[in-house]
Amino acid sequence: MQAIIDRAKELLADGTVARVLGWRAGDLPYNPEPAYFETEESLKDFVYNGFCGANLSKYMIEASKLEGKTLVCLKPCDTYSFNQLIKEHRVDREKAYIIGVGCKGKLDIEKIRNMGIKGIESISGAEISDEADTLTIQTIYGEKTCAYADAMLERCHVCKGKEHKIYDEIIGESKDTKDADRFDEVKRIEAMSPEEKFAFFQSELSKCIRCNACRNVCPACSCRKCVFDGNKFDSSQKANADSFEEKMFHIIRAFHVAGRCTDCGECSRVCPQGIPLHLFNRKFIKDIDELYGEYQAGEDTESKAPLTNFTFDDAEPSIVGKRG
Amino acid sequence: MSIEAKEEFRPKIVAFCCNWCSYAGADLAGSSRLTYPADVKIIRVPCSCRVNPMFILRAFEKGADGVIMCGCHPGDCHYSTGNYYARRRMTLLFSMLDYIGVENGRTRVEWVSAAEGVKFSQTMNEFVEKIYSLGKNVRLEDLRCRQ
Amino acid sequence: MYKIAKENLSALFRMIAEKQELYLPIKTAGQTNFKTWTEEAEVDLDTLKTVKSPKDAFFPQSENLYSVKKEGKKLHVEPEALKDQDFVVFGMKACDVQAVQVLDKVFLTDPVDTFYAARRKHGTIVAMACHEPEESCFCKVFGIDCAEPVADVAVWMVEENLYWKPLTEKGDALTEAVKELMDDADQSEEEKVEAEKTAIRSIVEKLPYSHLSLDGWNGDALTEKFNSPIWEKLYKPCLACGTCTFVCPTCQCYDIKDYDTGHGVQRYRCWDSCMYSDFTMMAHGNNRTSQMQRFRQRFMHKLVYFPANNDGMYSCVGCGRCVEKCPASLNIVKVIKSFQKAGGEK
Repeated sequence: MQAIIDRAKELLADGTVARVLGWRAGDLPYNPEPAYFETEESLKDFVYNGFCGANLSKYMIEASKLEGKTLVCLKPCDTYSFNQLIKEHRVDREKAYIIGVGCKGKLDIEKIRNMGIKGIESISGAEISDEADTLTIQTIYGEKTCAYADAMLERCHVCKGKEHKIYDEIIGESKDTKDADRFDEVKRIEAMSPEEKFAFFQSELSKCIRCNACRNVCPACSCRKCVFDGNKFDSSQKANADSFEEKMFHIIRAFHVAGRCTDCGECSRVCPQGIPLHLFNRKFIKDIDELYGEYQAGEDTESKAPLTNFTFDDAEPSIVGKRG
Repeated sequence: MSIEAKEEFRPKIVAFCCNWCSYAGADLAGSSRLTYPADVKIIRVPCSCRVNPMFILRAFEKGADGVIMCGCHPGDCHYSTGNYYARRRMTLLFSMLDYIGVENGRTRVEWVSAAEGVKFSQTMNEFVEKIYSLGKNVRLEDLRCRQ
Repeated sequence: MYKIAKENLSALFRMIAEKQELYLPIKTAGQTNFKTWTEEAEVDLDTLKTVKSPKDAFFPQSENLYSVKKEGKKLHVEPEALKDQDFVVFGMKACDVQAVQVLDKVFLTDPVDTFYAARRKHGTIVAMACHEPEESCFCKVFGIDCAEPVADVAVWMVEENLYWKPLTEKGDALTEAVKELMDDADQSEEEKVEAEKTAIRSIVEKLPYSHLSLDGWNGDALTEKFNSPIWEKLYKPCLACGTCTFVCPTCQCYDIKDYDTGHGVQRYRCWDSCMYSDFTMMAHGNNRTSQMQRFRQRFMHKLVYFPANNDGMYSCVGCGRCVEKCPASLNIVKVIKSFQKAGGEK
């Protein structure tokens, strides 16, 4: 972490960058917030640890409109989103100085809470430099420990790899934390009967409070005005007025980013109700891979996206249901 | 299915037809005096590519029991490639609907040219029959729209 | 004071639910929220904070106001019926109960909101003391005692029993209805409850946010706070989602919308969020055009405008839901602290 701060100070001092986009230490051990730092002095609050899960690529859309370059800290998986935004002309590569920061998997405070750990006072083992694979958590109710891997975000278990896809320099080591196949859950659902599928999604989506956090955090959801925010549209964008609306919102949200979603997992990370929203996005990714050839959004800035492309002998829609 | 049961349930079916082929196909079916059920309501669109997933979902929301999209045969699109894009989109959408547990068969895509009045009428008869067998759409229904 | 063994709680819930609707924390797909009790529901009284607050019981996220139906050429307006059945909300926490007081100030002063008033009239609140408060809690800052909730009935979970103490007439009536399941608590047990209260209070003392200072946050601070340059920095990470608003027990803003059912119109109201770009949208446009202004609105409302209009009562109760749920880790505590820090540096 110190190496990032030192380098950021250098770049601020020599005028290469006008500001630094990173994370500011929170007032609890686990709540750092995305933040801009404009002076060397302010960097004293800079933090980078296991709880810095936020994907800063999205903030670069706004930062690209500012005067001067912005130093942005991107984890390996965030660089996919950045690439995708370049492809869509939503960020300006020239306005960004990308430090690829090392990552050994990010932590999910909800998972820690679900282990029954509460009244958290301090957490050790979450630093990037820590070699330990255990978190030691001091709480009002005594000391607790948990395995680092058990507290990792879902997305880190299906890590896309430790390679940064775009960067100006890299600081810190990364680790591939993949220990599961990202389509396992999708396959499990596909194997269910229609009744079971319906019941599963009905129960998950019934929790939706229509806060729109999944949409607003998504680096691929970069429309200036969302179709769900139109005042001519009589859908209740902010109310759980009918269970149909939840299905429509989540299908359309995932559809609008199909072929552009890098599977960064932010939607599931931010959902206050813990809905596994990535299951929608991954279904589209799996279908695209199977029907139109393997495709990873954000891998590069040039390739044609699957939904803006076609071949003459694509599968007919009737293939749905014929497949096993 | 018995006649009585059919009388109880009249499905509402929305057919999105492209202006250049399928709508003309429907026209030909009409002028050739071929029959297809009155349950099918045609919505003319400039190209099958105009149909976005929201159209399909909104049709279900407002009470449709089945939605079918018809366009020019691949290769014959008036705008040369529109239906190729539409094909990918609908494939993904239908697959998603299947994934969340909506009965397979409530949605369909058929390519119908301006000369295929017979195919249009056959397709619609088949599709209406299918929706009869599936019954009322409840999984993609907005309860507020129920009569 | 009465008591009932924990293993008999489902019998208690069943008995209440026989006569009236019962809302309580229920776990669905891994998350606990207030819902209607059913025989199959998984009741979860251990989770301290439900994701959504119990505000829904009195002020649902969306509710119909009236419907318009077409009959030939005539339009027929049918107002939605007011709540006319008694119901019980079981397991609200002290902060959530205080939040209802905040809502009362808004909805029960002239002009009275009849939908809300009807629900308040028919609802009985059974509030539960917080057995193990968490680090995100700061109810103490607002003078709330989570060891001794003030509602129609207060309950404590101590060891294997639930202790039940009616505090109001409504509470007495509910107690009467379920008395046959309960025993009188004896002196030694009353002492146990007292010990539990002391234990809770001592934990609250140790919580990191318990000693947060609200100095400078009052109705008189309007201009100074409103014009502060701090907002410009603070709002930056905000994603403009509505999570904080929708999990908040005191947020009371709502929007009124029409839904075209194809055979009529349903007019309904639903919670709105000041974080949304169409919040308070009017014909001339929107009076808050930037996210900074919308962000500022939320905190100014809770800590300045509301106390200015309600004898100093804040419209935050320190439940800490926003602290736990904000996707960008922003929250009201960070706002208060930032102002304090800036004030100290001057």
